[in-house]
Amino acid sequence: MDYCPHTQDDIKQMQAAIGVAGIDELFADIPQKFRLKQIPDIPSALSEQETVSVMSDLARKNRLPRFSMTGAGAYHHFIPAVVGHIVGRTEFYSAYTPYQAEISQGLLQAIYEYQTMIARLTGTEIANASMYDGASAMTEAAILCAKMSGKTKIIAARSVHPEYRQVLQTYCRANGYTVVELAYDPSGQIDLNALQNELDDQVAAVLVQSPNFFGIIEDISSVADAAHKKGALLVAGFTDSTSLGILRPAGAAGADFVVGEGQSFGNPLNYGGPYLGIFAAREKFMRRIPGRLVGATEDKLGRRGFVLTLQTREQHIRREKATSNICSNEALCALAAGVYLAALGKNLRKLAELNIYKTQYLKNKLLELAGWREVFSAPVYNEFVLSCPDAKKVNEKLKNVGIIGGYELQKDYPELKNSLLFCATEMISKNDMDIVTEIIK
Amino acid sequence: MELIFEISKPGRSATDISKSDVPVINIDDAIGKKYLRNELDLPEVAEIDLIRHYTNLSRRNFGVDLGFYPLGSCTMKYNPKVNENVAALPGFTGLHPYVDADFAQGNLQLIYEMQKYLCGIFGMAEFTLQPAAGAHGELTGVMMIKKYFEKKGLKRRVILIPDAAHGTNPASSALCGFEVMELRSNSEGGVDIEHLKSLMTEDVAALMLTNPNTLGLFERNIEQVAQIIHDQGGLLYGDGANANAFMGKTRPGDLGFDVIQLNLHKTFSTPHGGGGPGSGPVGVSKALMDFLPVPRIVKTGDNYSWSEKFPDTIGRVRSFYGNFNVIVKAYTYIRSLGAEGLKRATEMAVLNANYVKERLKPYYDLPYDRGCMHECVFSGKRQVAENGVHTTDIAKRLIDYGYHPPTIYFPLIVPEAMMVEPTETESKETLDTFCEAMIAIAREAKENPDGVKNAPQTTPVTRLDEVLAARKPDVCWKKP
Repeated sequence: MDYCPHTQDDIKQMQAAIGVAGIDELFADIPQKFRLKQIPDIPSALSEQETVSVMSDLARKNRLPRFSMTGAGAYHHFIPAVVGHIVGRTEFYSAYTPYQAEISQGLLQAIYEYQTMIARLTGTEIANASMYDGASAMTEAAILCAKMSGKTKIIAARSVHPEYRQVLQTYCRANGYTVVELAYDPSGQIDLNALQNELDDQVAAVLVQSPNFFGIIEDISSVADAAHKKGALLVAGFTDSTSLGILRPAGAAGADFVVGEGQSFGNPLNYGGPYLGIFAAREKFMRRIPGRLVGATEDKLGRRGFVLTLQTREQHIRREKATSNICSNEALCALAAGVYLAALGKNLRKLAELNIYKTQYLKNKLLELAGWREVFSAPVYNEFVLSCPDAKKVNEKLKNVGIIGGYELQKDYPELKNSLLFCATEMISKNDMDIVTEIIK
Repeated sequence: MELIFEISKPGRSATDISKSDVPVINIDDAIGKKYLRNELDLPEVAEIDLIRHYTNLSRRNFGVDLGFYPLGSCTMKYNPKVNENVAALPGFTGLHPYVDADFAQGNLQLIYEMQKYLCGIFGMAEFTLQPAAGAHGELTGVMMIKKYFEKKGLKRRVILIPDAAHGTNPASSALCGFEVMELRSNSEGGVDIEHLKSLMTEDVAALMLTNPNTLGLFERNIEQVAQIIHDQGGLLYGDGANANAFMGKTRPGDLGFDVIQLNLHKTFSTPHGGGGPGSGPVGVSKALMDFLPVPRIVKTGDNYSWSEKFPDTIGRVRSFYGNFNVIVKAYTYIRSLGAEGLKRATEMAVLNANYVKERLKPYYDLPYDRGCMHECVFSGKRQVAENGVHTTDIAKRLIDYGYHPPTIYFPLIVPEAMMVEPTETESKETLDTFCEAMIAIAREAKENPDGVKNAPQTTPVTRLDEVLAARKPDVCWKKP
């Protein structure tokens, strides 16, 4: 398939206008010894029909499960039909970053609405137009705290998603910051005593996630108090954004930054990406936060309009003094999230409630099995941890009938042997859950 | 247009939630009131109003499917629809990243082959597809450079960056703790070799070079540049944003680049999405392979799986594996075009840019009058001198003619810059009518400058007050 409209005639005329006899003359600046004859290792071109055939074959090499009980940072939620229809409009998806505001009012307004909804959901005053994912959003918040304070120590709860902590480590290593990991207590929440002990005047930020990786809801106010007493900022994260529909937002409980993964808002699982980094903060940090910001303003006739604002924070203006290097973000995923939130409205709470009912049912059913125990005691949202006689065997049995079991925790938490992290969203039925216990028995 | 909040009415909803098929429990008891929120302030609209709202918003947005979008450095080429269809296949959209490798062999094969294809196209030894965007790729590349020297027991503090470079280059370097030193360009638009020689010491870790550069010009002295860097033990980083200029004609790996990042949403036709999602693969030479982010794909026989067994890795730069669905579209594009198609894309892109350059150079100042590659840079200096018409005015007037303006005020080394990148997917007719519009505007700038200064006149809003937006930022709507 070829998308170049050029006919032989076009090429002749254009070459004449330029004053070259052939295309190769246009590449004269490339030294002879570096000129390539043919790109190696690429299969021959395909017609459109062949392309569809080849790609369909490749897609068929994947196996979709009957259903899945794994969350652990990416969640299977129902996406209302309206989302796909809106983000599939080419006026949105084939557009560039809205630097030319007059012809980008559509996207700018949609993102302004998204920013507003996110600020309200997180209990903060400002939200940016997106980061890459929850991990990088949390990491950039931590780095920002370090930069603002000049302090180099960051405390991260071990119950923060393992991959988020790995990303944090990668960025901190590059900048000479130290990450101290903090234990959880038997309830599954962050160990507040350990936190008090670790906090000193060298700590830039405390990172906590709620619900945390174990599904446990954290007591954000207590963590915020402890951190602020020692002059540290609190970065509160989340991985299933639907939790914001029912849980008290971290922003209302004292967090300075509320960051996390927005994939649950209208974005498919997509084998890990593209996802949506949500980044929200207290108003006082507005001129320091990374990422694009849409602001409302007026045109010459006093009509309301929207523009990218406070661009002096960004790389294209401040270069090495920019607050981050982020340029392209996840705009279309943010649009999907905005449409999702507008579609659900207050029903987001009903959706979250449904997740809780399903989760309690699954947990109770699994606890009927011999030798299965609750590992933690604090309340959960839609994920929980249970220990069992043989975690590997459980998942094998389920896999054999096309069901994805729980996430095995031992590789990330060696102390949690034979423990599985289960997730139940609105997508799993009572029937599904009844089948699970039958299979494991 | 009203905001979604302004058309909300309590009691309305655009989607419903299924009734529970499991017992309903008392959530106040189960979780505890102190962990629950009291209010939920989200829009309440009926589906028809939601659809009308967003559909009308879309009609106030300009995408490449509507018209010519010659944004220099962005490669706004046409987004093939077959890529969109393929990427929507449930096999690609439906898998959780943590499924067992047996469930995801199709995805893993795609990623593995994509890495291989990119190695072939760009002459690198291995690629990572983990970074989510070009800037993210730059950061990843700079982190690997840092680790490379750490492993040798060296601490090099400086990265050299040309004055014409994209802002993400110095920003990424700074985010990694490097000191940035600016390298001058010469009168031909290439790197000032003497300045480079004076700056290149054993404290310099790397030179970050965009080739062709942001002026659309190929670095004629690339061999010498690479040698100067390598002779002092430094590394040559390539910003591959302009890869559309050389696919099938030359390869950064062959030119001496040790690490490069690409932009799939530029060169490989994936949609820009209004600012994202993109994808920023990073390719490296053998010397840097060990430092690539994990996890990495391994192939054993016909079986693919993820492995983290790479002790010298820089770690992860994001969760999961990358912007996978974007990679699916780029992979589809490469399979569809084949080697010949990629070369043809480059050839036609360069032909188009040179054609526009020739047609417009009598009317706009051309700071570097030599063969350009896939983009060309003009200066609005003449129009400013004549009647005080700035590049910004010309850009806004182009909107009235139905075009998205080119990139303006970049690169910084050209005053009143206008960077035009047509891409290969535009026909001669489109280029001709665009040039005619630019020529008409040049005439208007002479004869009716106020008309240009007051543009655009045909859009839903006139020019917006950016000063007000920055002075009194309103980034979150408050009920009046």
